[in-house]
Amino acid sequence: MTTEVKRDEGRGRRGPRALRTPGGLSVRLDPRALVVVVLLLLAALGAGVVLIGTGDYPIPPGDVLRTLLGNGDPGQEFIVDELRLPRVLVGLLVGASLGLGGALFQAVSRNPLGSPDVLGLGQGATAGALTVIVLFSGDADAVTVGALVGGLVTGAAIYLLAWKRGVHGYRLVLVGIGVSAMATAVNGYLMTKADFVDAARALVWMTGTLDGRDWKQVWPLLVLFCVLVPLVLANARGLRMMEMGDDVSHALGVRVERVRMLLMVCAVLLTAAATAAAGPVSFVALTAPQLARRLTRSPGPNLVPSLCMGAALLVVADWASQRLFGDGQLPVGVVTGVLGGVYLLWLLVSERRAGRI
Amino acid sequence: MSTPAGPDRGRTDRRSTVNRLSAENVTLAYDQRVIAEELSVEIPDHSFTVIVGPNACGKSTLLRALSRMLKPSRGRVLLDGQAIQSLPAKQVARTLGLLPQSSVAPDGITVADLVGRGRYPHQGLLRQWSAEDERVVRESMRQTGVAELAERYVDELSGGQRQRVWIAMALAQQTPLLLLDEPTTYLDIQHQIDVLDLCAELHEEQGRTLVAVLHDLNHAARYATHLVALKAGRVVAQGTPGEVVTAELVEEVFHLRCQVIDDPETGTPLVVPTARRARARVAATEAP
Repeated sequence: MTTEVKRDEGRGRRGPRALRTPGGLSVRLDPRALVVVVLLLLAALGAGVVLIGTGDYPIPPGDVLRTLLGNGDPGQEFIVDELRLPRVLVGLLVGASLGLGGALFQAVSRNPLGSPDVLGLGQGATAGALTVIVLFSGDADAVTVGALVGGLVTGAAIYLLAWKRGVHGYRLVLVGIGVSAMATAVNGYLMTKADFVDAARALVWMTGTLDGRDWKQVWPLLVLFCVLVPLVLANARGLRMMEMGDDVSHALGVRVERVRMLLMVCAVLLTAAATAAAGPVSFVALTAPQLARRLTRSPGPNLVPSLCMGAALLVVADWASQRLFGDGQLPVGVVTGVLGGVYLLWLLVSERRAGRI
Repeated sequence: MSTPAGPDRGRTDRRSTVNRLSAENVTLAYDQRVIAEELSVEIPDHSFTVIVGPNACGKSTLLRALSRMLKPSRGRVLLDGQAIQSLPAKQVARTLGLLPQSSVAPDGITVADLVGRGRYPHQGLLRQWSAEDERVVRESMRQTGVAELAERYVDELSGGQRQRVWIAMALAQQTPLLLLDEPTTYLDIQHQIDVLDLCAELHEEQGRTLVAVLHDLNHAARYATHLVALKAGRVVAQGTPGEVVTAELVEEVFHLRCQVIDDPETGTPLVVPTARRARARVAATEAP
């Protein structure tokens, strides 16, 4: 089947182009977004390869690639395939899930502050994890389940409190901040009840880290990711319309409530699963969609660019934390927190200049 | 003459078979707050119907019900003889378009991109942007006079231009029925006339059925081919502007004393409110 690339007439600058087949099928592509996605993917995978080579036993990137392709020596094979690859994969998946989840939240709430960090999903997941650590002294698997449940319960609570009569950006943010404060209070209470060992364990978990992640964490994340991402992308066109408000999208034939409900469930699942796997890694969900949007310079939820940006951000932050402070010294959540905090301040200042906040 | 005021109970059994869009004994309410009860309205095909009435009479609510944004708590809205709520969302969106009162353009969107979004109901996952989509978008921008703004950002435009862009988006939807909720609000007088002239053109040249809610009775009288006057959720009168806009009816619906004269430009009724001094004089002479 031949395809012809045709420039949309009347949009000379840099608008999307259409890829059409003679059979009447057509796909819309924004060349700039495409380039951004490819570059971000390369950055994420490249950083991943470098990250695999980083540690007490450094391996040059060339050897890492050879080993990944199955041609390495047995010693390196063990280090790469069993120790470091799962950690990097968890990092990529967590970053991608947070980036996509953040983009969904921000698009549905039509507010850059409507992201999981601000809304208290991370705090809620922490409350679940702390409950398991402090009250039941559960093992790592139980903590993961606890965090997942905590995140889902928080998501449901925010939905019930904020979405009863349609989403209003600031209402959602305020409800989220309220829920977040409640979860923080619960977490504080649990910490006071914890003994020394549990408290130390809880503290590490709460900062967000990729240390000691193995294949056991990779598979559930990967399966969830492979189910949710196609589901989200299939509804992305409706979400694009919802940017213009409920009335307009409704008039255009989008089943607004259904799409919103479905995408919110996906976003909560993605965020909760990512948090359960790596702890509440701060600010990736907030910053990735905003950075992606500034790179693609296109309106719309920018879902795929946000996903790639999240993955790249997290792996680069993990590499930076190891490179600058040594393996296991500084959890990745600290680096993303510092970067994200700076970015959030910049966002608030520039939004204020634009007269929006 | 205007139809007499009163509930339309005598007409409950009358089923519309000719007109594509009608409301049949609908009760409209937001939560517990009832706006209208047992309301029946027919939108004549190929008309430019304008709904008028004082604030809070339910005119925007009626429009929301006609465009299936609001589900009637009783009764139903019929589109082509079927309950509108039961039809597939995209199918309705190919038949009936709505321009809501206030719409938010996404940040950093260009005019062409926004107008292109009106093609959504004609698209699918594997049919995202056909040559036909492209043609219709170009044509819609031409008709509304925004073709030369195609590459501009919507946020940079003036209020009048922006409203034209939104109308272009609704046109790109290519629906035989188009509903407009107060399309002239927040616009200067010249842009108000501009938008109304455009609506009249769409109605006359393309035979689209237009339904608009308007605040200005004189605009309504000048542009409408069919007027529906609402008061407190009831249809007080409907018909051509000449039949509906009379001094008695204006006083009944809007509590405004006025003269109705012929518009020197079009010959349609023109409402001239009685001056305050004259009103005071009248009140003084009428006082017992």
